[in-house]
Amino acid sequence: MAFLHIPNVRLAGLSACVPKNVIENTDYQGFAGDEAIKFIESTGVERRRISDEKTCTSDLCFHSAEQLLKDLDWSKDDIDCLVLVTQTPDYYLPATSFLLQKRLGLKEELFALDLSLGCSGWVYGAQVIASLLSHGQLKRGLLLVGDTPLKECSIEDKSTYPLFGDAGTASAFTFDTESEGISFHSGCDGSGYDAIIIEDGGYRNQVNSNSFTLREIETGIKRNSLQVALNGMDVFSFGISKAPESVKLLTEYYKIDIEQIDYFLFHQANLFLNEKIRKKLKIASEKVPYSLKNFGNTSSATIPLTMVTEIRNDLQQESKIIIACGFGVGLSWGTMHFKTDRLICSQLIEI
Amino acid sequence: MELEKFIENLTEVFEDAKPETIKPDAKFKDLEGYSSLVALSLIAMVDEAYHVKIKGDDIRNAVTVEDLFNNVKSKQ
Repeated sequence: MAFLHIPNVRLAGLSACVPKNVIENTDYQGFAGDEAIKFIESTGVERRRISDEKTCTSDLCFHSAEQLLKDLDWSKDDIDCLVLVTQTPDYYLPATSFLLQKRLGLKEELFALDLSLGCSGWVYGAQVIASLLSHGQLKRGLLLVGDTPLKECSIEDKSTYPLFGDAGTASAFTFDTESEGISFHSGCDGSGYDAIIIEDGGYRNQVNSNSFTLREIETGIKRNSLQVALNGMDVFSFGISKAPESVKLLTEYYKIDIEQIDYFLFHQANLFLNEKIRKKLKIASEKVPYSLKNFGNTSSATIPLTMVTEIRNDLQQESKIIIACGFGVGLSWGTMHFKTDRLICSQLIEI
Repeated sequence: MELEKFIENLTEVFEDAKPETIKPDAKFKDLEGYSSLVALSLIAMVDEAYHVKIKGDDIRNAVTVEDLFNNVKSKQ
């Protein structure tokens, strides 16, 4: 079983950045009749933030990181490792983490790495950076996580475009021998690789003239092969089984008392799916915050974004015991258990 | 697993359909109120009531209520 407890590391701070531009789902032209109302009711997504053409995930993460380092009062020279989790990088190559090293003014003596993960990305990224820091030689690290999924969606696809939103986040981790550490459970199932997929543009199906052809998949769903295809039923079926299972496995393995958990932070897929997960685990609704209403599904950014937008004051003022669970594209899932104590949590940044 | 009980469970999923229309030979995608959300509720009902995981293709390939029942039964 893929359990991992990483000692001597703690989450020291969090920040998130979203584009200023708001799009309302009630204005979306792709809905017919009362579809907008039904969509909002079932997904819980009323509006999203959308980045302009010039703004990439790295820009959102850059501003998050700058603010967080200020609020933490950390010197840039103290950062020993940088992990960027995104599926919307600046370039195919080089990896975007190197551009961020330069742009943030971090030192050259830096371990930097890009990870290609979506909805489970914050949990996996935390696992990688915590593993690096746990040895005590690299002392402080930045985990930058986010996506601009709206750049991948067809505006004529009602199954994706009204659901997703753009966001970038920064999480600071530090070596700390006083910390109880962080516990993880991970899993993946590559048989579901096509449940969420952009078919063309990689090296399996290189871009060709057919890639740009807009095809009608069903009523209200038109997209080309360079845009994301979401098999809602498969993702739903996966989410309601694997997310609760992973939380159960982690809590059983590490003998964690579910009653002691202050917050359960799930990847914000959509409200209908998330509520099934919450009810299956019999968790009280006040312990499960959602940022879906105002930000939609922001891919890997959902968990830190929810912490910043929904429970910031609590995190800043008190100590909290948290379980976070990410699940999605891959298919991939991961759950982590950690404690925070008066966490440095920057105010939401809008650019 | 009984067909009768399965149909009873389906009446909760198909809230807008008259219960008498939910018959073994009914084409479930033609039932009143069928939508993508109903399809998800169907997947959730099967998961909760039978601990069986059905996917998009199972829904797409089944035509009648009985097809669906047989599919779920075969996965138990």
